[in-house]
Amino acid sequence: MDMNAIEIEGISKSYGSVQALRDISLQVRCGEIFGLIGPDGAGKTTLFRIMTTLMLPDAGRGRVSGLDIVEDFALIRRTIGYMPGRFSLYQDLTVRENLEYFATLFGTTVRDNYENIKEIYSQIEPFGDRRAGKLSGGMKQKLALCCALVHRPSVLFLDEPTTGVDAVSRKDFWNMLARIKASGVTIFVSTPYMDEAALCDRLALIRDGVIIGAGTPREIVSGFPFRLLSVKGDRMYRLLKVLRDTDGVISCFSFGDSHHLTYDPAKTDREKILGILTEAGFGGCIVKEIEPGIEDCFMWLSKR
Amino acid sequence: MGRNTVEIAHLTKKFGDFTAVDNISFNVRDGEIFGFLGANGAGKTTAMRILCGLSRPTSGEGTVAGYDINTGQEKIKRHIGYMCQKFSLYPDLTVRENIRLFGGIYGLRDKEIRRKTDVMLDMLGMQTERDRLAGALPLGWKQKLAFSIAMIHDPGIIFLDEPTGGVDPETRRTFWEMIYDAAEKGTTVFVTTHYMDEAEYCDRVSVMVDGRIAALDTPDSLKAEYGAENMDEVFRIIVGRRPGL
Amino acid sequence: MKEFAASVIKEFRHIFRDRRTILIAMVMPVVQIILFGFAVSTEVNDVRVVFCGDLSDPAVRSAVDRIDNNRYLRITGRLYNPAGIASVFRRNEADAAVCFDRDFGSSIVSGRASARIIGDGSDPNTAQMITSYIRGVLQSEQTDFSVSFAGGQQMSMTPVVQLMYNPAMKSSYNFVPGVMGLILMLICSMMTAVSIVREKETGTLELLLVSPVKPLWIIVSKMIPYLALSVVNFTSILLLAHYVMEVPVNGSLLLLSVAALVFMVTSLALGLLISVISPNQRTALLICGMGLTMPVMIFSGIIFPCESMPAVLQWFSDIIPAKWFIIIVKKVMIQGDGLASVSGELAILSGMAALLLAVSIKSFRTRLQ
Repeated sequence: MDMNAIEIEGISKSYGSVQALRDISLQVRCGEIFGLIGPDGAGKTTLFRIMTTLMLPDAGRGRVSGLDIVEDFALIRRTIGYMPGRFSLYQDLTVRENLEYFATLFGTTVRDNYENIKEIYSQIEPFGDRRAGKLSGGMKQKLALCCALVHRPSVLFLDEPTTGVDAVSRKDFWNMLARIKASGVTIFVSTPYMDEAALCDRLALIRDGVIIGAGTPREIVSGFPFRLLSVKGDRMYRLLKVLRDTDGVISCFSFGDSHHLTYDPAKTDREKILGILTEAGFGGCIVKEIEPGIEDCFMWLSKR
Repeated sequence: MGRNTVEIAHLTKKFGDFTAVDNISFNVRDGEIFGFLGANGAGKTTAMRILCGLSRPTSGEGTVAGYDINTGQEKIKRHIGYMCQKFSLYPDLTVRENIRLFGGIYGLRDKEIRRKTDVMLDMLGMQTERDRLAGALPLGWKQKLAFSIAMIHDPGIIFLDEPTGGVDPETRRTFWEMIYDAAEKGTTVFVTTHYMDEAEYCDRVSVMVDGRIAALDTPDSLKAEYGAENMDEVFRIIVGRRPGL
Repeated sequence: MKEFAASVIKEFRHIFRDRRTILIAMVMPVVQIILFGFAVSTEVNDVRVVFCGDLSDPAVRSAVDRIDNNRYLRITGRLYNPAGIASVFRRNEADAAVCFDRDFGSSIVSGRASARIIGDGSDPNTAQMITSYIRGVLQSEQTDFSVSFAGGQQMSMTPVVQLMYNPAMKSSYNFVPGVMGLILMLICSMMTAVSIVREKETGTLELLLVSPVKPLWIIVSKMIPYLALSVVNFTSILLLAHYVMEVPVNGSLLLLSVAALVFMVTSLALGLLISVISPNQRTALLICGMGLTMPVMIFSGIIFPCESMPAVLQWFSDIIPAKWFIIIVKKVMIQGDGLASVSGELAILSGMAALLLAVSIKSFRTRLQ
């Protein structure tokens, strides 16, 4: 059996009276993209810092590439790549200087690892003499990724790489991750965007320092206990209020151009709801049964 | 048909030889929810700063809430609401002190502020939290409180800059319900976001690419025009066309 | 070793690309020297003296000659009536006036000769200094006169005040060592402190910590550029002091440089300690400003003499490294003392350097918080 790239068990951490992480356990397999998904303040960054040996947990143990995150911190630091949440490169150094500096810190050179980063680096190489602070958001991100990859890490930690990034650049970024994964690197990535969950091999949902669900996207979705209806019509906001007041409706939220609705099958069903809406003057509504997404699951799991 | 809260014609902003906003023209109607989308670096923030009276355009004219963007900047600032993700409240003041402060900044009378504070706290269900430091509130509450505070002087238009970034899914939705409530009461809402599902909630959406407005219409029309399933696809088609990426 | 060299190069780049900081660091010493040297001058230099007296009296002539021949004084005019002094001062044509009695020469033998020295009290400090200086000059005249005319018979017993090492009470002798201590401390401690804290703020420290590079190397690589900067500053202050302010270097230049190096290391270690305990640049600057700059200003003797402070403050001043450095500089530069005389201070400074360095390296964490 393959060794797990990351194994953590019972990790807890508090800052003063605030409990940031509660009894977190996770396994990340070698060569997969593992997503840690949750809103700001859920404890994602703290967990990253513990796994990257930047912080000590109050309780619990963990291994990265088989190395203990407390005892073997010096060894772990040689084998992982880390991209913190904020853009954390030297803004006053040029693209090339940043990359070369980080290569040197890991006792290697850009030339020796050029093949490893070529695909991403070639996109920013024409701007090699530009100061990192003068790059556009997308290019900064590519540079940060190159710096994290230049020493051929076996595990790559990316803390919210797509926060505040537009939808198109986000897509580009995930395409890059897929290619990095193909070269055999394990990727542990966090994000507040639920729609990125589908791009992970496996994921964990985190909220208020607690893992509320974990598994492949399919496993998580199949754990959703309700049947889900999507409702579309005119006057969406009024529709939402009417639906919430309807007998048998458990929850109703907007999801883009439609409302997602869970209901108690003992009390109501699709036909009844459609009838109620027509009666209330919402003609031409489209109500159909749909598969839940990760966001539906997150909302349900965080209420449990 | 109502009037326009925002009317912008041939607005251009240059920084040196770089054109951040390139001759854009658009109107925002009274009481509508207007989505202002665009890729990073497309010029959204620059344009929004001009609309809020924080920066002068290089050329072009327009009015916001009835005041000229070239000459009436101070009046604009008084008559709009503004909230952004990064700064919204003073974390070292309590909830009540924050409300008091912003009420005072917009020149409300003490009696008025006290009344509004009560109404606001009741509506947000935060009466028990009124003496807590704003910095200690959960992110979702902070955003909702910040939104209410930005509305304290009953502005005709409110500008929201990525108000829901990083907020959990449920709070994001309740936040949008607050936006709807405000719009129903007649406030015009001007909002930027990176969540494409939120673009669907807008009455009309504009997409900025390289300093220009590449598309502007209702979500449904845009979807029909680009033959797309949802706004995410629309956005990707429009923004993906830009050269040199 | 390669990562160390790369880190040092990187630090130099940070410094040279931040034009404002480099400008402040290089120009600050020059400005301070000029500020203290010219603007805050309380010294006796090129004093314009007018006199009122009978020039046919040989004693008066001799006294006036002596004043005019003095390095720091010069006679610029003669008044026929003491009433004219006020208008001379008002027109700013003189800094002091000397009025000799009508029978100055004849009464000098009986010891009753008197001369009035009038200073311009609109600048009391300078006036005080000038009048006491002129008095000194006249008293030495009187002594000589007594010897030559009275045949060894002592007429009066007036003590003659003479300042050793600094006869003209040049303030540069006082402030140059002070400014040297201040500048070296600021450059070394403030800049080191800020440079490490800045990496905490930008998040780059996180990346450095996650890399295999040893924290000690990071720290030392940050110190070297500022040490170099301080050496440049030390040199420029010394050159300015010597050639512009005319402060002599009476003792060994080598000894002075060694002491400066020890002091720089002490300051660097202090800066490191500050950067370890500060969460952000603002705190670091506040600690440096209030905790270092103020005490150095106060206890270095630039403003107040340490000796006249209450005992508690004097004990407190003992823990300030700059105080010891300033003492060394004064002894070596101005008094021309050798190693034997400053070995005590040098030992204290070295001890402080070692202690601070040990504490700060020990408290520099390999993890966040």
